[in-house]
Amino acid sequence: MSAIDRLFENLRAEKRKALMPFITAGDPDLDFTADVLKQLDACGCPLCELGIPYSDPIADGPVIQASYTRALDRKTHLADIFEMTRRVAPTLSMPIVSMVSYSIVFRRGIASFVAEAQAAGIVGAIVPDLPVEEAAPLAEVCRREDFSLIQLVSPTTPRERAIRIAESSTGFLYYVSVAGITGERTRLPADLAENVAWLRARTSLPICIGFGISQPEHVRQLAPVADGLIVGSAIVRRIAQADRQPRDQVLAQIADYIRQLLGALES
Amino acid sequence: MTESMTHPGGQTGQVPDAMGRFGPFGGRYVPETLVAALDQLQAEYRSAVQDPLFHATLDELLRDFVGRPSPLYHAKRLSEHCGGAQIWLKREDVNHTGAHKINNTLGQALLTLRMGKQRVIAETGAGQHGVATATACAHFGLPCVVYMGEEDVRRQAPNVFNMKLMGAEVRPVTSGSRSLRDAINEAMRDWMSSVETTHYILGSVVGPHPFPMIVRDFQAVIGREARQQCLARLGRLPNSVVACVGGGSNAAGMFSAFIADEQVELVGVEAGGRIAKPGDHSASLTFGSPGVLHGSFSYVMQDEDGQTGQVHSLSAGLDYPGVGPEHSFWKDTGRVQYLPCGDEAALEAFDLVARNEGILSALETAHALAQAIQLAANRPKDQMILVCLSGRGDKDAAEIARLRQTAM
Repeated sequence: MSAIDRLFENLRAEKRKALMPFITAGDPDLDFTADVLKQLDACGCPLCELGIPYSDPIADGPVIQASYTRALDRKTHLADIFEMTRRVAPTLSMPIVSMVSYSIVFRRGIASFVAEAQAAGIVGAIVPDLPVEEAAPLAEVCRREDFSLIQLVSPTTPRERAIRIAESSTGFLYYVSVAGITGERTRLPADLAENVAWLRARTSLPICIGFGISQPEHVRQLAPVADGLIVGSAIVRRIAQADRQPRDQVLAQIADYIRQLLGALES
Repeated sequence: MTESMTHPGGQTGQVPDAMGRFGPFGGRYVPETLVAALDQLQAEYRSAVQDPLFHATLDELLRDFVGRPSPLYHAKRLSEHCGGAQIWLKREDVNHTGAHKINNTLGQALLTLRMGKQRVIAETGAGQHGVATATACAHFGLPCVVYMGEEDVRRQAPNVFNMKLMGAEVRPVTSGSRSLRDAINEAMRDWMSSVETTHYILGSVVGPHPFPMIVRDFQAVIGREARQQCLARLGRLPNSVVACVGGGSNAAGMFSAFIADEQVELVGVEAGGRIAKPGDHSASLTFGSPGVLHGSFSYVMQDEDGQTGQVHSLSAGLDYPGVGPEHSFWKDTGRVQYLPCGDEAALEAFDLVARNEGILSALETAHALAQAIQLAANRPKDQMILVCLSGRGDKDAAEIARLRQTAM
């Protein structure tokens, strides 16, 4: 049983839902990423998604693209990211999941990537450009090492296929809210809750919804049908201020925002 | 029954397989949101290939709208200048819109209509694919958005204007290196949000399955005609076939007809750029290694972390860090030899062909010409070298003037 399995088992026993922030590693530098991770943990986030910056992220909107560019401009290497999490992860109670392009995983070597990530305290990976048909080599290593491989379902996924993806995903299932790229949205699709509920009835795997979620109202709407909600661009946009504002101030703004969302989740 | 148009008898071992693999290369590394659209495209293509009406419609367009078959031309003065083998040019530059790209865009526009999609997007580097897509869309009355790197908008201004004249919207891409690679990223992002109503007409044999197969098949008309023309005119096959390779669509179309003719030497020419140093060339088959970029597994220029490397070529159409997966397959099986040609050698070949033959070739094509000229000089007079003259060079005139710092 992986760290994520245990986490959702506990959350379900307590009838609680997870708020899962996404941040980019190395934006604007790895010291600040470590500070943000500690802050998110202190706020009570049960799980965090750490984006490994990539040069060609086709599923990402302008906010996350720009954060990847900032991190890569500062020469953030995979080894440095692992070194940072190796130091920080043991001090946190929330597990860290990586969001990483298959280009990076493949270049490292599948087995090496998983081994290095695990040694660095990372408990799983979301690989947004690895559909289920291509996932077998990585899935095999992940299963053997008890490293969660979180797969994604999107609004364009046919229902039969969604069930197949849920069956091969481990840790949780990432439900992409909209056919599109990452980024804050005012409105989410009207049939989203209904579609998640349909899948909810057909898999025991925890389901977390991501893409576009940014407002307390979204959290209130979707919490009943999901096990967790993922918030990315809205946090990354606040982190982007760290080059212009005192870092303590940015950390405080992030904490305020997270508490707002956590409040909506409890209500 | 094969899905592909070019390999009805399985003469080349029926690649790709059902997963879009050319040996180990190819595949489909894309976000889940795009998978359904790629499945739909694959299914539509499969049904189109078996529909005589589809073939008849495309053939008629290629004849009456594009002007096919394109001529096979004996470059006598150029051959004399080289003093060796005879150089023959497959004249894709005389196609409507001035390059081979139109062969693919008309085919994919027909698929767009069959799928009932109402909007088209495309990426472009040199602008030839953008113009060919804008042309096909104007012909069929489809709205068209073309993504083009800001750097390429500058260096290929005449093509930008032509696209707009035909009603296409050209969106300059300001992210990353502002060239072809970033234009593909932006087109993919658009497609992520518009996939249910929009078809992405990808312009080369790159990207996720089924694009490398479909684009090759639509370009295979180049090789089929050229092979037939060689046999009809000369009663023989060429000794060597040379084509330039960026993503590699003209080369894939040309080579596919000759793959089974083992005695025919096949040479792909990549952009060697300024020097053989990372960031100064675009020769991913020569200097790169296998990795994943833009949805497919192929040779690519990446650093040790898997980040895409910077590349350079003076020709916008070859300025790309990856290459089509079938080329990677042909490289590793040894069927095709891939060589780099530098910026300077390409410019020299451009001049030589302009002055000896009265043909302004595209700068992309000039890389293939440079290699052919070198080959010809070292081969006996009775040998025949066939070059895919993939595009015309009018679009490059201003950029050549700028590079030489001369007034036009």
